[in-house]
Amino acid sequence: MSAVSRRQILLQLGGAIAVVGASAMLARNTAAEEAEGRVVEVDVRRFKFTPSQITVKRGEVVTLAFRSIDFVHGFNLPDMGVRADLMPGRVTKVRLQPTQAGNFAFLCDNFCGDGHETMGGNLIVEG
Amino acid sequence: MDRRHFLSLAAIGGGAVFASGLAGCTTMGSNGGGGKYSAQDFYFVQLSDVHWGYQGPDNPDAAVTLGKAVATVNALEVQPDFIVFTGDLTHTTDDPAERRRRLAEFKRIIGDLKVKDHRFMPGEHDASLDRGAAFKEFFGDTHYTFDRQGVHFIVLDNVSDPGAKLGDEQLAWLQADLEKRDKAAPIVVLTHRPLFDLVPKWDWATRDGAKAIDLLMPFQHVTVFYGHIHQEHHQMTGHIAHHSAKSLIFPLPAPGSQERRTPLPWDPAQPYKGLGFREVEADAKAASYKVTEFPVVRT
Repeated sequence: MSAVSRRQILLQLGGAIAVVGASAMLARNTAAEEAEGRVVEVDVRRFKFTPSQITVKRGEVVTLAFRSIDFVHGFNLPDMGVRADLMPGRVTKVRLQPTQAGNFAFLCDNFCGDGHETMGGNLIVEG
Repeated sequence: MDRRHFLSLAAIGGGAVFASGLAGCTTMGSNGGGGKYSAQDFYFVQLSDVHWGYQGPDNPDAAVTLGKAVATVNALEVQPDFIVFTGDLTHTTDDPAERRRRLAEFKRIIGDLKVKDHRFMPGEHDASLDRGAAFKEFFGDTHYTFDRQGVHFIVLDNVSDPGAKLGDEQLAWLQADLEKRDKAAPIVVLTHRPLFDLVPKWDWATRDGAKAIDLLMPFQHVTVFYGHIHQEHHQMTGHIAHHSAKSLIFPLPAPGSQERRTPLPWDPAQPYKGLGFREVEADAKAASYKVTEFPVVRT
């Protein structure tokens, strides 16, 4: 096999691999979008989450997309065993699928200053 | 007059306000016991959550509350062997210069205490915004040990990390210290936040506190004194007793009793209600502690 033909085969193989890779990525993105469910964007800054009252339906897949403005705040939803650090300048996604109806408190659990103690909200899960 | 004899008289006369009973913390009855104060007994005072610099409606007397508590401690008929401050010496501020000014004022005021042996640890209001930098300038290390009459005291810092963590490094330090102890040795842990999950939705927890409790669990006589929740509270994790102290700024609601941990409102008819400090009488030989609560101002 000449060097040229071998290079062509490798290029074709590389192209095929790239297409497969892209297909897999698209498939993953589609699955991720489906897995994310409804996306609720949450603005986070000292000393509040906006919105602070988030209503979902029991069994619904929902993704909270936090955008922290000014601090490494924390999101902690103790009743569901969920927490995350919310880095400023990034979107931090937290996926939930509540199985129980009720009113569940969440809070910032990274001390962020005078007002930190008031920084929280509620996830309201409708039955 | 020895201390226990004094307390027995004070209790009869209504001077001893409260004593609680739990493992690691025994009840002082109204007749007080009356035994001789042995060489292994000692007692210390715990002051907590001063929040110097706070200004707000939940304590309109904030500028004088600490001074009054200092006067009350100085008026104790038998002075304590030492005094511990379990965090939140100051109220938080974003301004590093103001933080240092508050720490300096706090230090100046407690300088009037007759007893000069003080042990400090930070609360999140003192240390979380600068990872303890200003606190260390005034009071030194945020975690350390000391010993009294055979009791090993371990001061843990669960606030310099704003995420309320002890951290792997401090946990390794704790483990190394404990490896040198006899399993029957009396151990007292002083810290700010509860090491256990008291009310996580109120941020009344230490994120990796369970790891510290696991390290302490093999030891037979461990008692924890802490602050943070601005009220007296007693809870066991296995055989380890945890006792929180009242604050000197404003009381907070009973754990989990309402949705948010908003301060209890100031009552002008009963100023300083819910505030106070405690003394802890240690019987090192028995590894037992008698806790007596005092108000800010004794009448």
